[in-house]
Amino acid sequence: MKRYDVVIIGGGVVGASIARKLSQYRLKIALLEKEEELAFGVSKSNSGIIHPGTQNPPNSLKGHLCVQGNYLMRKIAMDLGVDFKEVGELIVAFQENEIPELLRLKKEAELLGVPGLEIVDRAWLRKREPNLNAEACAALYAPTAGIVSPYRVVYDNAENAVRNGAEIHTLAEVEAITKKDTFFVIRTKKGIFNAKYIVNSAGLFSDRIANMVGINDFYVHPRKGEEFLLDKKKENLTNHLIFPLPTKTSKGILIIKTSDGNPMIGPTAEDVESKDDLSTSDEGLAKVISAAKRLVPSIDENDIISYFAGLRPASGKDFIIRREKSVPGFITVAGIQSPGLTAAPAIAALVCRLLGESGLTFKRKIFFHAHRKKTIHLFTISPEHTKSLIRKDPAYGDIVCRCEIVSRKEIEDSISRGARTADGVKFRTRAQAGRCHGTFCTSRVLKILAEKCKKPVTEITKRGKGSEIVKGEKRVA
Amino acid sequence: MKKTITCIECPVGCTLELDIENCRVVKVSGNKCPKGHDYAIEEIESPKRVLTSTVLTENLPIILLPVRTDKAIPKAKLMDAMRELKPVRVKKRVRAGDVIVKNFMNLEVNLIATRSICD
Amino acid sequence: MLRERELIIVGGGPAGMAAAIAAHESGVRDILVLERDYCLGGILNQCIHTGFGIRHFKEVLAGPEYADRYVNQIQSIPEIEISIKSFVVKLTREKVLTYLKPGQMHEVKAKAIIMATGCRERTREMIHIAGTRPSGIFSAGLAQRLMNIDALLPGKEVLVVGSGDIGLIMARRFTLEGAKVKGVVEIAKTTRGLVRNRVQCIEDFNIPIYFSHKISKIYGRNRVEAVDVVQVDDTYKEIQGTLFKVPCDTILISVGLIPENELMEMAGVKLDKKTNSPVSDGLNKTSIPGIFSCGNSFKVYDIVDSVTRDSILAGHLAAEYLKGAK
Repeated sequence: MKRYDVVIIGGGVVGASIARKLSQYRLKIALLEKEEELAFGVSKSNSGIIHPGTQNPPNSLKGHLCVQGNYLMRKIAMDLGVDFKEVGELIVAFQENEIPELLRLKKEAELLGVPGLEIVDRAWLRKREPNLNAEACAALYAPTAGIVSPYRVVYDNAENAVRNGAEIHTLAEVEAITKKDTFFVIRTKKGIFNAKYIVNSAGLFSDRIANMVGINDFYVHPRKGEEFLLDKKKENLTNHLIFPLPTKTSKGILIIKTSDGNPMIGPTAEDVESKDDLSTSDEGLAKVISAAKRLVPSIDENDIISYFAGLRPASGKDFIIRREKSVPGFITVAGIQSPGLTAAPAIAALVCRLLGESGLTFKRKIFFHAHRKKTIHLFTISPEHTKSLIRKDPAYGDIVCRCEIVSRKEIEDSISRGARTADGVKFRTRAQAGRCHGTFCTSRVLKILAEKCKKPVTEITKRGKGSEIVKGEKRVA
Repeated sequence: MKKTITCIECPVGCTLELDIENCRVVKVSGNKCPKGHDYAIEEIESPKRVLTSTVLTENLPIILLPVRTDKAIPKAKLMDAMRELKPVRVKKRVRAGDVIVKNFMNLEVNLIATRSICD
Repeated sequence: MLRERELIIVGGGPAGMAAAIAAHESGVRDILVLERDYCLGGILNQCIHTGFGIRHFKEVLAGPEYADRYVNQIQSIPEIEISIKSFVVKLTREKVLTYLKPGQMHEVKAKAIIMATGCRERTREMIHIAGTRPSGIFSAGLAQRLMNIDALLPGKEVLVVGSGDIGLIMARRFTLEGAKVKGVVEIAKTTRGLVRNRVQCIEDFNIPIYFSHKISKIYGRNRVEAVDVVQVDDTYKEIQGTLFKVPCDTILISVGLIPENELMEMAGVKLDKKTNSPVSDGLNKTSIPGIFSCGNSFKVYDIVDSVTRDSILAGHLAAEYLKGAK
């Protein structure tokens, strides 16, 4: 029987951030994830924006956590070797009569403590954002907005947590939770876990987990967002993240810079019934294209190389992060939609505080490995660096993915670091994520996965059981 | 009886107009070369195709060796021929054109390699 | 100091090999061919069907056989150096190439360059098929590689989208390998591929082919489970009431090819926005003097014999350019 101080349910960006934060202390921690790999739920469709804190209601919890998270993320990114680029954002107004709205947003954001805000005029925009629609007359400029790879934030937080003693269990869907004396008994598909404290960061399914301990006062609504990725060639389409004026339900359709270079346009916002409805639609595309073209008219539908849908775990207007008084030792972290990625480090800190208030004692480890060696991506480093790497390890010179220039070495390393599926490799390395969509490299990625995981090729999946890539092998047929 | 078929001898793909009596072709028109004439007769009277496929190798640098029949075989035998190929194993290096199975299925055609296995 | 070569050819498929041999015939004595795969032949190695070489060799050959003839010829010419597993990552206007191979990274300057990088397939993403993103969606060329090189069967119940040649040929291949091909769905009124392929790959096996139809939605969370097929009018708009669902576990996408010219683009060669071909005076030249283009990276051809013809010309042109440059 495994006994833990804290079991975290849900291996997205929130769960992974909490795991890493807790791994600083002398605690026995386990992170449970129902999918085959971490970040396969809500987090995998995150757009990677580190929001400055604008467009949040004044005095909202998410507003405060966003501003704190924006600050904390920089150090965490540096410690973990994740690229953080401070690109800044522009919320664009098209008519003079929208400027008061920009001023209102500015004032609200300033109340939350967002630094450096400025209203910029047409001339400023023409100079610094030449592809922006010339009709844009003003914008709220927030210099502290940034971008990261959401996958790397999850994987690298988790990897660092493991290095510091935390355990991660994938394919460990929680089936029931009971309380026995002073601890919880968590029954999962991977066996029983006992824990003094539970953190419920189960994303779309956090309501289901809460129900297991008798908490029924919130419900998580899936709200779908369709996003469209453009060719890397368009990397310099914009210099900032571009936002329209927000609507009541969402921040609108944006032009997003991503840390891998491909601009992204989207997302839509549509409430859906099913928690696994990840389908994209013709209407979604039409909506996104027309809204994006309004911001940047030169966007061309033919530049779209990929599209996908994600589900936001919506529950009311704000995040729900609280100690459950009726279930001592149980912490709820629910409704973490945008700006969840930004807020994650601040959420982790808040969860620590709530655990402390619930009676958990924190003692710092004497040796906490705060730093993680940066993962190498050939497409991001200098030719001299590439040359020296290839000399050290020939596999860096063996290119598997041609569109994104990913070497065999990077793919093998991603598997050593936990990738088990073709999507896992893609999220970590970008192999199969480029313009050819894996046409050229899937065959080799499959073979490398099979070899490194010591499995037959027919058992290699796209994203877990049921998504096997090939149906048969001639040799064994 | 009149029938229209498409010649598949080459990428031109001529449309052939045939007069057929008692399952025999009595007249072919529309063909741009003599191959079309012969094709039309064969296609109606005993259709044939070249089979191309692969056979497994053992301990060689490629897993599959591509092969084909050196002459066309009856169309109706294609699936049988695929079954015949299943147990075939190539164990030594071959050059493109080498015979892998002689007198394949007693059809008086040879199964030949279409790729050379080098290092 | 950068090493300088007379002629560098990027790509060791049928185009690159023909160009190299032709340039040698025209007197070029220092030729480097860079091939990213572990062997020469390019895509022909997976094209195991016949139909190659009718014009050029006056014989009907399978793809690898056609390649083999060139491999034998090119390997007998000592002045042509072949570097395999060599992946070009950078090309500049000054004709400096950077390439990686296991254990090595090289930078080399060429007096002339012939780009013979072939083409890639258009993807599901480019034609925007709505629905889910499960496993089981393959480009026809990837399925061909998995079946003919890797000995894997991508799926058992297959629907082919688009009637390009590779799609039609793969429909036959899947059938011969024991899979069930549920149909070929083509948005146009006729096949895009050669008529002979429609006859011997589709009609021979009684595979249904739906012209003026498209697939409008993909179903299945983890693996493809079904697709919606719908008839379209002359403007490719869906016709109400014609939708039907086809259960299948695999979708093959065969909706055309695009010249793969990212390196040329990097060097500043002008490309046609629509076709991705280099803007040219029609003679394999590009907007940068001394950079030539041939084969499918110059223009997507139906048959390899045309690729060969075009590449021989590029080889001679490069040789002529080099003579002039001296």
